[in-house]
Amino acid sequence: MGNYIPGTPKEQLEMLKAAGYQSFDELYRDVPESVRLKELPEFPEGISELEVQRKMEKIAAKNRVFGTVLRGAGSYRHYIPSIVTEVTGKEEFRTAYTPYQAEISQGVLQSIFEYQTDIAELTGMDVSNASVYDGATAAAEGADMCREKKRTKTLVSATVDPKILSVVSTYAFGRNAEVVIVPEKDGKTDREALRGLLDEETACVLLQQPNYYGIIEDAEGIIADAHEAKAKVVMSVNPVSLAILKTPGELGADVAVGEGQPLGLPMAFGGPYIGFMATTEKMIRKLPGRIVGETNDVDGKRGYVLTLQAREQHIRREKAGSNICSNEALCAMTVAVYLAAMGPEGLKDVARQCVSKAHYLAKLLGEAGLKPAYDCEFFHEFVTEAPSEEKAEEILKALEKKDILGGLPLGNGLILWCATEVVTKEELEETAETVKEVLG
Amino acid sequence: MSIPKDLLYTETHEWVKLEGKEAYVGITEYAANELGDLVYVNLAEEGAAVVKGEAFTDVESVKAVSDVMSPISGMIAEVNEELADAPEKINEAPYEAWFIKVNNITDAEGLMDAAAYEAYLETL
Amino acid sequence: MKLVFERSVPGRNTAYLPKLDVPEITLNAELREKKLNLPELPEVEVDRHYTELSKQTRGVNGGIYPLGSCTMKYNPAVNEKTAALPGFTDVHPLQPVETVQGALEVFRETERLLTKITGMDAFSLQPAAGAHGEFTGLLLIKAYHLSRGDQARTKIIVPDSAHGTNPASAAMAGFEVVNIASDDHGYVDLDALRAAVGPDTAGLMLTNPNTVGLFDPHILEITGIVHEAGGLCYYDGANLNAVMGIARPGDMGFDVMHINLHKTFSTPHGGGGPGSGPCGCKAFLADFLPGLRVKEADGTGLVEGKAASTIGNMRSFAGNFSVIVKALTYIYVLGKEGIPATAKNAVLNANYMMEQLKDLYPMAFEGPCMHEFVMTLEKMKEETHVSALDIAKALLDYGIHPPTMYFPLIVHEALMVEPTETESKETLDEAVQVLRQIYADALAAPEAMHEKPLTTPVRRLDEVGAARNPVVRYRFAD
Repeated sequence: MGNYIPGTPKEQLEMLKAAGYQSFDELYRDVPESVRLKELPEFPEGISELEVQRKMEKIAAKNRVFGTVLRGAGSYRHYIPSIVTEVTGKEEFRTAYTPYQAEISQGVLQSIFEYQTDIAELTGMDVSNASVYDGATAAAEGADMCREKKRTKTLVSATVDPKILSVVSTYAFGRNAEVVIVPEKDGKTDREALRGLLDEETACVLLQQPNYYGIIEDAEGIIADAHEAKAKVVMSVNPVSLAILKTPGELGADVAVGEGQPLGLPMAFGGPYIGFMATTEKMIRKLPGRIVGETNDVDGKRGYVLTLQAREQHIRREKAGSNICSNEALCAMTVAVYLAAMGPEGLKDVARQCVSKAHYLAKLLGEAGLKPAYDCEFFHEFVTEAPSEEKAEEILKALEKKDILGGLPLGNGLILWCATEVVTKEELEETAETVKEVLG
Repeated sequence: MSIPKDLLYTETHEWVKLEGKEAYVGITEYAANELGDLVYVNLAEEGAAVVKGEAFTDVESVKAVSDVMSPISGMIAEVNEELADAPEKINEAPYEAWFIKVNNITDAEGLMDAAAYEAYLETL
Repeated sequence: MKLVFERSVPGRNTAYLPKLDVPEITLNAELREKKLNLPELPEVEVDRHYTELSKQTRGVNGGIYPLGSCTMKYNPAVNEKTAALPGFTDVHPLQPVETVQGALEVFRETERLLTKITGMDAFSLQPAAGAHGEFTGLLLIKAYHLSRGDQARTKIIVPDSAHGTNPASAAMAGFEVVNIASDDHGYVDLDALRAAVGPDTAGLMLTNPNTVGLFDPHILEITGIVHEAGGLCYYDGANLNAVMGIARPGDMGFDVMHINLHKTFSTPHGGGGPGSGPCGCKAFLADFLPGLRVKEADGTGLVEGKAASTIGNMRSFAGNFSVIVKALTYIYVLGKEGIPATAKNAVLNANYMMEQLKDLYPMAFEGPCMHEFVMTLEKMKEETHVSALDIAKALLDYGIHPPTMYFPLIVHEALMVEPTETESKETLDEAVQVLRQIYADALAAPEAMHEKPLTTPVRRLDEVGAARNPVVRYRFAD
């Protein structure tokens, strides 16, 4: 029924004849008869736009949008200023291809250059690429960047988000490289164990700040341990936290990566998100993916181009450091617009509000009978311990009834909570009230 | 095109300058012209072994990357680090822009002299 | 044009958040000392900055975008509308399963329809792009051979006409790459393939229609040769738009493949992403698939699961969900008639253009082509020094986006044209007219071609300088 073909059947036939063919079949004469499809099997008829709109609305209605979200663990509900979606919805940005033709792609190229600057500034690193698929693939690519001939092993702290660990392990399976878990101790990376695991085969240590439990790690110490053993450090960071926490650059990390979703992207059931990657001047050629550079045109006018392309797959083929070609350009622009709208003070305010609300929630939950599982300083996530797994489940069910998505159950009665700037004092108090009712 | 008489050449367009027990290796003017403006040289590692006919490094232009083969077998005694910051030197003066100095040479056979290389270029 | 940082004035901003309504907490941890340099602008300045940038960006609505191998078709408006439904955008990926039944239905439906289109048995929608899907597929091949205790299969065969991602993905998956030459028609050289396969063959990667725009008529022999040697066949779905609804990779003998939803299924390219590269496979590989596997449970609706011997995860969550919603919307609209009609018209438009150009522009291979064709400017380059690049840049002055340049690598001075099915006859005629005019211009005044373009916001840029001394960020005074 529906399609987006402009020509009428009559016009199509005229064009066929003009091209020297009598039928569409003739165009497909190289397709062996035995693989020709008569029709798509068990396939629905096409529908109109009105019908598809109704159909998709019906499907969307089977998802529940919670009024209050106290769950993070890699995906965060933050406030997205209206200007962000307004700008990134512009048709030119939305539908353009990768900016190969620089002369007519300065808009996209400049926006990526600005994004690269934002990320370098946020992380305190020298240089950034144009982005990769998400925070976990950024970590996996970061681990790849650090591998050398004799150093191929990746040490991953047990306090890193298990989803990131899973992706790093999958990528390492490809590379035939080893991934070793550094145990945790009281919610943080066990530095003594780390020192024992570092050896001449260790390429890098992957550490997350704040870690999966929201806890602020002793990053400086871990980086010192790794560098002492001549291993590199890939630091996975929450970009909002960088507004106030010490940056990977200041701490001496070799590669900084992270999930950019908190900077203006909706949760959208997990994607599209954006992985940011930044590194030192020294390691720029190891950085995978697109990089935009500044230059001049023949008239001396400033302009931007994709640069250092000889690192990439379309030139280096099997010798390329990565196969990546798509970045998440529109998501990178989303991040850049978000940061331009919020500004430095706005982003610091988001970070401050997240920390304050998370601590307020932790305090209320403690009073309601949900004690913190770890005695460590945290950013905007923290873990509580319920008397039993059943009680934890009961708490989350009771919250759901009040339109609140509680923290993420981690098993054994542990719940990982998150509070961002969008939750109000009233919502936090209602949450604590509900918990109190369950725990009696 | 200049093809200095005192150098030896390969079919993959590298030159080698033998000086007693040592040798300098670079790429010919023909190669530099074919590659176009070079933007980066991946420096080889001092102390590494090189094997005749095998790549010891690569060079990049904007839209291409090309292996540089070793014309001889031996050890890398020195790397021309100047090229890292100034790859354009290879385009400007290819016979001065040496990539590596090789010692402990074990195989330097089968190279062309200038006349043979010139004749070889005619066939391309 | 000013950079956003050059528009910045300290102290300017627009406030978006209410005042903090709980006691403020200050952390004891080590805090940032480095100044946070971000733009400081009121909203109106942000808006104007990006409006200016948008004027220097070329979208599909700006006119024909015939980038070969990229399938720059029109992106229907309704896709954006459905993907923006709050029920899709404001859902956390780790919500209880009974609260995300709609999202799971999107996954299940998309998977089901993609299997029908391709003849595969299962799909993982987790890969975020085409290259990511390739990497996934190769890991499936690796896991499969290893699961059978066959550790000797370490090589992936790739034709020299392949996309660069093919060999790069194979290397990432730990394989050695064996490149084989194409024959004079641009097809796989069957003798070369027979010579290349053996007990060390893990698989073959192939695009069909291939990268020169031709359907390889020996496809069944090709997949047969690889299978006989014990290898698997990988289908690079980059060119699926030409054959969807006409022929299926699964019926051609392919075992595993990826699809670019951002090419074939009309989701926008976003200036380089986000895309989506679902990886599909035959039943015997399905146990290795990564990420979310949606299953039907009795009475309770859909449940989340994972494959029995999964390779793990390719990214954090289940996939580029919003992109998948757009593709599903498109597939529903097209349906069983619209899908083959789309393919046929993509092929028709390419052949129509090819026919109108072939007396002037030498074609690398004879037609009928599939959805794209390759011209070679080799002769013109030799005779007039006007290159494929010059022709491409000249198109910019006529407001037409150039075709893909210098790909595939096996054709010299290549220009690869893929008009797509959404361009009308008038648009094609106009593009043909412009290309013919440029050809005449090139013959009349070849020197002037090196100066093109003349009318774009910037002219030819110094790429050598950019690569020799990379400046990849703005430097602040402090």
